[in-house]
Amino acid sequence: MRMKTFPQGGVHPPENKISAEAPIQVLDRPSRVQIHLGQHLGAPAVPLVQKGDRVRVGTRIGEGKSFISAHVHSSVSGTVVKIDDVLDASGYRRPAVVIDVEGDEWEESIDRSPELVREIKLDAHAIVERIKDAGVVGLGGACFPTHVKYMFPEGKQADTVIINAVECEPYLTSDHRLMLERADEILVGAQILMKASGVNRVIIGIEANKPDAIELMARKARSVNGIEVAPLKVQYPQGAEKQLIKALLNREVPSGKLPLDVGCVVNNVGTALAVYEAVQKNKPLVERVVTFTGRHLERSGNFMVRLGVPVSAMAARLELNISEDTAKVISGGPMMGKAIAGLEIPVTKGTSGIVLLEAGAAQRLTVQNCIRCGRCVTACPMGLEPWRLEKLAQLDRFEECEAAGAADCIECGSCSYTCPSARPLLDYIRHGKANVMRMRAERRQK
Amino acid sequence: MNPVIVYSVVVLGLVAAGAAVILFVVAKKFKVDEDPRIDEVTEMLPGANCGGCGYPGCRGLAEALVQAADNGDLGGLTCPPGGNEVMAGIGEYLGLAVEESGPTVAVVRCGGTREKAPAKLEYDGPARCSIAHSLFAGESGCPYGCLGLGDCVVACDFDAIHMNGDSGLPEVDEEKCVSCGACVTACPRNLIEIRPSGRKNRRVWVACQNREPGGVARRACSAACIGCGKCVKACPEKIQAITLENNLAYIDPAKCIACGKCILACPTGAIQATFEPVKPKPKPAAAEAAPSGS
Repeated sequence: MRMKTFPQGGVHPPENKISAEAPIQVLDRPSRVQIHLGQHLGAPAVPLVQKGDRVRVGTRIGEGKSFISAHVHSSVSGTVVKIDDVLDASGYRRPAVVIDVEGDEWEESIDRSPELVREIKLDAHAIVERIKDAGVVGLGGACFPTHVKYMFPEGKQADTVIINAVECEPYLTSDHRLMLERADEILVGAQILMKASGVNRVIIGIEANKPDAIELMARKARSVNGIEVAPLKVQYPQGAEKQLIKALLNREVPSGKLPLDVGCVVNNVGTALAVYEAVQKNKPLVERVVTFTGRHLERSGNFMVRLGVPVSAMAARLELNISEDTAKVISGGPMMGKAIAGLEIPVTKGTSGIVLLEAGAAQRLTVQNCIRCGRCVTACPMGLEPWRLEKLAQLDRFEECEAAGAADCIECGSCSYTCPSARPLLDYIRHGKANVMRMRAERRQK
Repeated sequence: MNPVIVYSVVVLGLVAAGAAVILFVVAKKFKVDEDPRIDEVTEMLPGANCGGCGYPGCRGLAEALVQAADNGDLGGLTCPPGGNEVMAGIGEYLGLAVEESGPTVAVVRCGGTREKAPAKLEYDGPARCSIAHSLFAGESGCPYGCLGLGDCVVACDFDAIHMNGDSGLPEVDEEKCVSCGACVTACPRNLIEIRPSGRKNRRVWVACQNREPGGVARRACSAACIGCGKCVKACPEKIQAITLENNLAYIDPAKCIACGKCILACPTGAIQATFEPVKPKPKPAAAEAAPSGS
């Protein structure tokens, strides 16, 4: 059988899924956590606690007030030390709640029993409210508040929920491990999303490099009505929403439109688990699975990490000595992730993995002139002309960038990856896209 | 005579005559009345089209000047590269007085040299400040400091700003700088300010834009303004040119008398000047400064 994939563009970088065999370990509680108030797309949450307040696991410490925002909850029990600006992954300081950990007391409303609750008692509206209360955001990396996806505007209706278990980024294995270890809960989560959106079809898209997960999920899904598992050919960036919809349903999301416009809602597999916990167990999003890996490291692993714990705690747990040969630390996968300033930054809702690159792999090659080979055009999954966008953005010709479709770029980096002249295509396209977005915002204001 | 030549001459002649009539009618009917002074004023301007005046090119300013002249007030319009000389000429031509403005110059408000703000990270992306600024806080970790990639140098049409290879900071060539403000717009961190050159070219400014609390700012850069307020106290009572806001001092050039007392008071050396401050040892430091108790 020919496996499905998206038809246009894409690359296949070395997979390097080193930590695929490492079971998820629960990381010990640290002595102090720093929980950022802006861990999601949209407006940062407004702090609800003050210095000296006692909090428990699951206490809401930040409230998302605007439409696109999410609540933030304490991931530990203890005392609030301060509300201050704390370094985030980019090295800029952003507001965060700093908590000194004492014991591990949970909010009483949270059901901590390991029992699987299959029966979905709440109705669609109540489910979305629960998801919102729990501060669930897309755990694939973009951190879009999940409840917003299920608040359909007037006149729009979905027919399919897609569970994104593609994990097309090299190195990362957190979704893979989640499926192997928490399959039942994920399936209930998928059913909840089905009910929330009023659809009767869920497709779980998994790339073929995770045969054990495909086999397990397909076997378990057989007993559930409406859920199908679709194996996909390994191709980056299949985990991008638009590419996944194209691969699974052969529907194309038009430029500037959302998946809902073609009747789809896409959620990450980790989000499905978070939804299960939020709705069935009343547990807010206070922890997530993070892959800690690197080719030159002696050990790598997958961890269930409380939000706000410094990244270095994982290195300590693996008893790794991060030495000179690590040249770059990336939060997220190597294709779309961002280099971070150090290991002391806290884990946020969007930290899907921490990838350490050795000197050779991290180095950018010498930039040479464009030889017009057209590989970037072939590789672009959005059908853009990266070489042209790069040139236009470099010259600050943003109107032309807009006309050439810079706003449609999904920033997957396939163009930069494939360029034989090692041109920083994506760097400049992002520059162009940011300015196009700024121009559009200005135009809207007028 | 060859009939071909005759026909050609006659036909082309008729076409030419017809075209001449059409052109004449169109030129009369659709004539745009443009003030001839606009062209004259454009001629007087330097023609660099730098945009420092805030208008799109020299002609844009000329149009604005002529329009302002009709309203009887040239206030607020000036050509930074042309300076007082050019503006005086234009004022004379338009028959209106021009406010004389003192000379100004671009000033870089960052003292984070490689030595004082050592790099803790290595950036290997494209050499553009705007891109680096959107990605991270900077190699030194100061989120307000100079990124050193030279967007200001590229923006300058007058070859007046250059990167200093040793310090990693841009330097303004006062001779060439026309204070058009292109570098001010180009800097994503708003580090460059157009300030009056000052009397006898004496000027003082805070070479820092870091608004973080003192301790945090110091961790990234030893020359950071820590908002201690010592300069505010050192500034002569009658002058009070320095204000402190968000952990950052600012010297108002309109009030500053360039006595240099704040430079001596600053514990981190964040205040820079075009002159060496005189240490107030035996004799009174500056004649115009009122003697204070401390």
